Amino acid sequence: MALTEQNVPAGDNNSQMDHSIVGAELDENTQQFLTFILAGEEYGVDILRVQEIKGWDAVTQVPNTPEYVRGVINLRGTIVPIIDLRIRFSIEQLEYGPTTVVIVLKVISGADNSRIMGIVVDGVSDVYNVKNEEINAAPDFGDGVDSSFVKGLATVDEKMVIILDIDHMLNSNELASVNKAVDDEE
Amino acid sequence: MARILAVDDSASMRQMVSFTLKGAGHDVVEAVDGVDALAKAQGQKIDLVISDVNMPNMDGITLIAELRKIASFKFIPMLMLTTESAGDKKQQGKAAGATGWIVKPFNPEQLLATIGKVL
Amino acid sequence: MTFDMSQFLATFYEESFEGLDIMETELLALDVGEADLETINTIFRAAHSIKGGSGTFGLNDVASFTHVMETLLDEMRDGKREVTQNAVNILLESVDVLREMLSALQAEDDLDSERIAIVKKKLDDLLASVSNESTAVAATEASVAEPATETAVPQVSGWTIYFKPHEDMLQTGNDPVRMLRELATLGELSSAVDTSSLPEFLLMEPENSYFEWTVTLTGDIKKSDIEEVFEWVEDGCELTITPIASDVTSENSELDIELIKTTFEMLAPQGEKLVARFYEELFKRFPDVQSLFANTTPEKQQTKLLAALELVVSNLEKQDVLVRTLTEMGMRHKNYGVKIEQYEAVSSTLLDVMQEFAGDAWTDKVAATWKAALALVTNTMIAGQQAEPAAEVENSDASVPAVATEKSTAKKAPAKRKASTEASSIRVSIDKVDELINMVGELVITQSMLSQLGEEENFGEEQIEKLKSGLIQLERNTREMQENVMRIRMLPISFVFQRFPRLVHDLSGKLDKKIELILSGESTELDKTVMEKIGDPLVHLIRNSLDHGIETPDVRVAAGKPETGEIHLNAYHEGGNIVIEITDDGAGLNLEKILAKAKGSGLVGESDKLSDEDIADLIFQPGFSTADVVSDVSGRGVGMDVVRRNIRALGGTVDVKTTTGQGSVFTIRLPLTLAILDGQSVVVGEEVYIVPLVAIIESVQVDTSLVNGITGQAEVYRLRNEYIPIVKLHDVFNIKPLHTEMKDGLLVVVEAEGKKVALLVDDLLGQQQVVIKSLETNFKSVEGISGATILGDGTVALILDVTGLISISKKNASNVKKLTVAA
Repeated sequence: MALTEQNVPAGDNNSQMDHSIVGAELDENTQQFLTFILAGEEYGVDILRVQEIKGWDAVTQVPNTPEYVRGVINLRGTIVPIIDLRIRFSIEQLEYGPTTVVIVLKVISGADNSRIMGIVVDGVSDVYNVKNEEINAAPDFGDGVDSSFVKGLATVDEKMVIILDIDHMLNSNELASVNKAVDDEE
Repeated sequence: MARILAVDDSASMRQMVSFTLKGAGHDVVEAVDGVDALAKAQGQKIDLVISDVNMPNMDGITLIAELRKIASFKFIPMLMLTTESAGDKKQQGKAAGATGWIVKPFNPEQLLATIGKVL
Repeated sequence: MTFDMSQFLATFYEESFEGLDIMETELLALDVGEADLETINTIFRAAHSIKGGSGTFGLNDVASFTHVMETLLDEMRDGKREVTQNAVNILLESVDVLREMLSALQAEDDLDSERIAIVKKKLDDLLASVSNESTAVAATEASVAEPATETAVPQVSGWTIYFKPHEDMLQTGNDPVRMLRELATLGELSSAVDTSSLPEFLLMEPENSYFEWTVTLTGDIKKSDIEEVFEWVEDGCELTITPIASDVTSENSELDIELIKTTFEMLAPQGEKLVARFYEELFKRFPDVQSLFANTTPEKQQTKLLAALELVVSNLEKQDVLVRTLTEMGMRHKNYGVKIEQYEAVSSTLLDVMQEFAGDAWTDKVAATWKAALALVTNTMIAGQQAEPAAEVENSDASVPAVATEKSTAKKAPAKRKASTEASSIRVSIDKVDELINMVGELVITQSMLSQLGEEENFGEEQIEKLKSGLIQLERNTREMQENVMRIRMLPISFVFQRFPRLVHDLSGKLDKKIELILSGESTELDKTVMEKIGDPLVHLIRNSLDHGIETPDVRVAAGKPETGEIHLNAYHEGGNIVIEITDDGAGLNLEKILAKAKGSGLVGESDKLSDEDIADLIFQPGFSTADVVSDVSGRGVGMDVVRRNIRALGGTVDVKTTTGQGSVFTIRLPLTLAILDGQSVVVGEEVYIVPLVAIIESVQVDTSLVNGITGQAEVYRLRNEYIPIVKLHDVFNIKPLHTEMKDGLLVVVEAEGKKVALLVDDLLGQQQVVIKSLETNFKSVEGISGATILGDGTVALILDVTGLISISKKNASNVKKLTVAA
């Protein structure tokens, strides 16, 4: 399955994705996820949404934006916002350095609309095939965590992976000028 | 195959005619009116002329009359694109030396069939 | 092979919209009293093209609608119809309807069939009304078929066709052989050619046609099919088409063909002498027959006779053919005026002459056989004479006007509106393209020079110098190319201006005002996209002038002004911008009313002091309209703020200057291109921002003695004789500045929409052209920021939006005020 690239021109060596992993035979009941580590926890995002993975670069701050928006970067000529998930999830911040990773994702907002955004994570973990039935609904975490971000919980190799719903997570009004409600995927 | 001079002030008509004729393997020289057509006809070996009648600068009938004055154009077939009701135009065209006419609107099949008769 | 016409539709729509614009402009320019023929012709041709194209590409509704327009215009250009104001108005309305129809079709939307029907009826009624001549309705497409005078001949087994092209037929590019070939496709064909008219070689004109053909075509064939083959040349030839007579004399079978042939062969060597003798005898015996041959020479006629005899004899086996041929001949003879009695004369004379030449060989049997044969021939020819001539059926204009049955319902079930119907193609003058090609050429040269340099092994002083000059050249090439490419997207503003004469014409009529529209600077060019988007705001501003600006004639006269108001639309280039001015000599803005309204709605504080310019600028606030009566022309005050917003979205500004009683001037400034900006880099804290050069008036170092505070919240700077509010960018953006003391910073004085502010920055860097990248594509719009750009080092710099900054700073100031008050 080729990664579709829209708003950003084709990637080059920066990409650490091993494309040979993608393209394994999948049936409709299985999804592939890229997992990453953030503050000791493992999170997963739909691999079809992953545009590329790059290192941490200088970011240009944008005034009067939420704190978790670190700023914007130049991704081969396109302006892409970078979201700091630690701040977003209210976890303590880290100093970002050469090992910091930015995952560039394609976020869908509305019927025809898609945007490219980057999230800052501690490191990339692996790619897993997960059957839909293996994803459990996320329990209610209470007020502390916005559970709309979480699609579900999966167990892979005895570990818990938090499957993220990036469309909900990255489409809030603060991040988009458009006041369209993102369709519920359920 | 044949080199055809297609004259019409409407770009979409020129496109359609050109596309159709080229698709049949012919070579097409396009012109936007009579003046342009005369200029483009100079020094070219043309096998067939297809021309609209109503055009600015020089209409189709005048064009045909002018072309017939040129030696290499004396006997080649020249077809006018006319509308059904323009009976007098047909006569004028013939008087000017037109071979015949194709009635508008026409579809590509009709165009090819008609030029097939004269080529 | 099925053809997909839709690939041509885009071009068709584009040229049709252009054609409609031309029609409109020319209709407006028509002098109703003395209509200029060339103008009418132009309008006619435009309508004709649209009709032709729409028919060809399957848009039948459009075709039938346009057809009536075309008919009216055709009458006008022929002088058969007077050009009245009423007709012009109806045609103008029709142009509107056509535009709507084409737009709807292009967007695959529903057609407004009611509106179309109403206007079509107006057109039809106009057409039906008596035109100049007292002839009845000139509905040239009346579906009256010329009555076919074709006789009701029952199914014939075939046809005999006589075809003799006129001598000059070849000079119309028609080829008889082609026609015969075509006939052959209709049925079984056998033909006989008569070459007797061919003159001697030296007298022969190779460009002429001398042959005549008699063709037999068998099969179940319609006469009209045959006529169609000759459709183009019916005036250029003799043509008779007769059905094959069904009775074939049974005597044929008893004819001793062998004998006839033998005799003929025997006589053949003396054929010429024989026929000469024949005519000699014939004229001797029957002098009055001579008149029949007045149109021909004896030699010709003799040759003809001989050929005819040969024809008959050689075709004796093919009696069907023979019969038809003879029948044909008979008919022709009738046309020449040959009388039936004269056949007898011919027969008997011929027999005698043949006997004379045959001598002893003319046995009784031979005589009898030949007599029978000739009788047969004669009878057949007589039968041909008596057969009713097949009258020519004229190519009837039997076309029924294409009645539009095309469903005007949506083509797609839930009408999914196609994305913008704006034309996505552009016409470029070939000069611009050639220039660009030249530039690319130069760029290639520079590139190869630089790359050569890169291959050099020793890089010393010399190479560095070469490198520098090469880079300078590269910069020059790139800049020239960039300018050129931008120019490709530029079109003269006349494209937008041209719809205004119509607008003013219609509206001033509706409002009972006399208004003249003057256009200037129509050739000023601007970016195509900008032009497409500036249309609506301009319309609104002009409507505003028409409605609220210009007074009614009596009010004007009372005020000592000329009855006819003037609206002047002007465009010119200034700096990197295009400036559009809309000036009217109307009543100007009522500043008192505006101020009162603003105070009333709380926009302005009771005690606030505003300059005249500030008051005028209030009209751009949302919901602002001091119109006493909400006229349907300008709408209810939803206009001006939208106008400003739209213009801002294009990176431009709009402001107004007014003089009560004398008029107003609306000034729109737009960047020449949307993609590139001349910017001044400034440093604020750790960030670099770009300030659009076009907004900068000047930059000054801070002289703290010129800084004054106002009510503790705001600070102003005294620059010569004005007080300019200071905007501290680090405050607005929440950044830590490099310098905390104002005296170490710099002030960049900028202007937007008539207002000036001074931006406090830490430092100034260079000026450069930057490519504008959208922040909104992947993120969102941020107030005070109009976009972003990528600097030479690859980092992102944000581009400031001066107008936005001014709003923010005002808001902050009032927030502070509120807080202070609340405290």
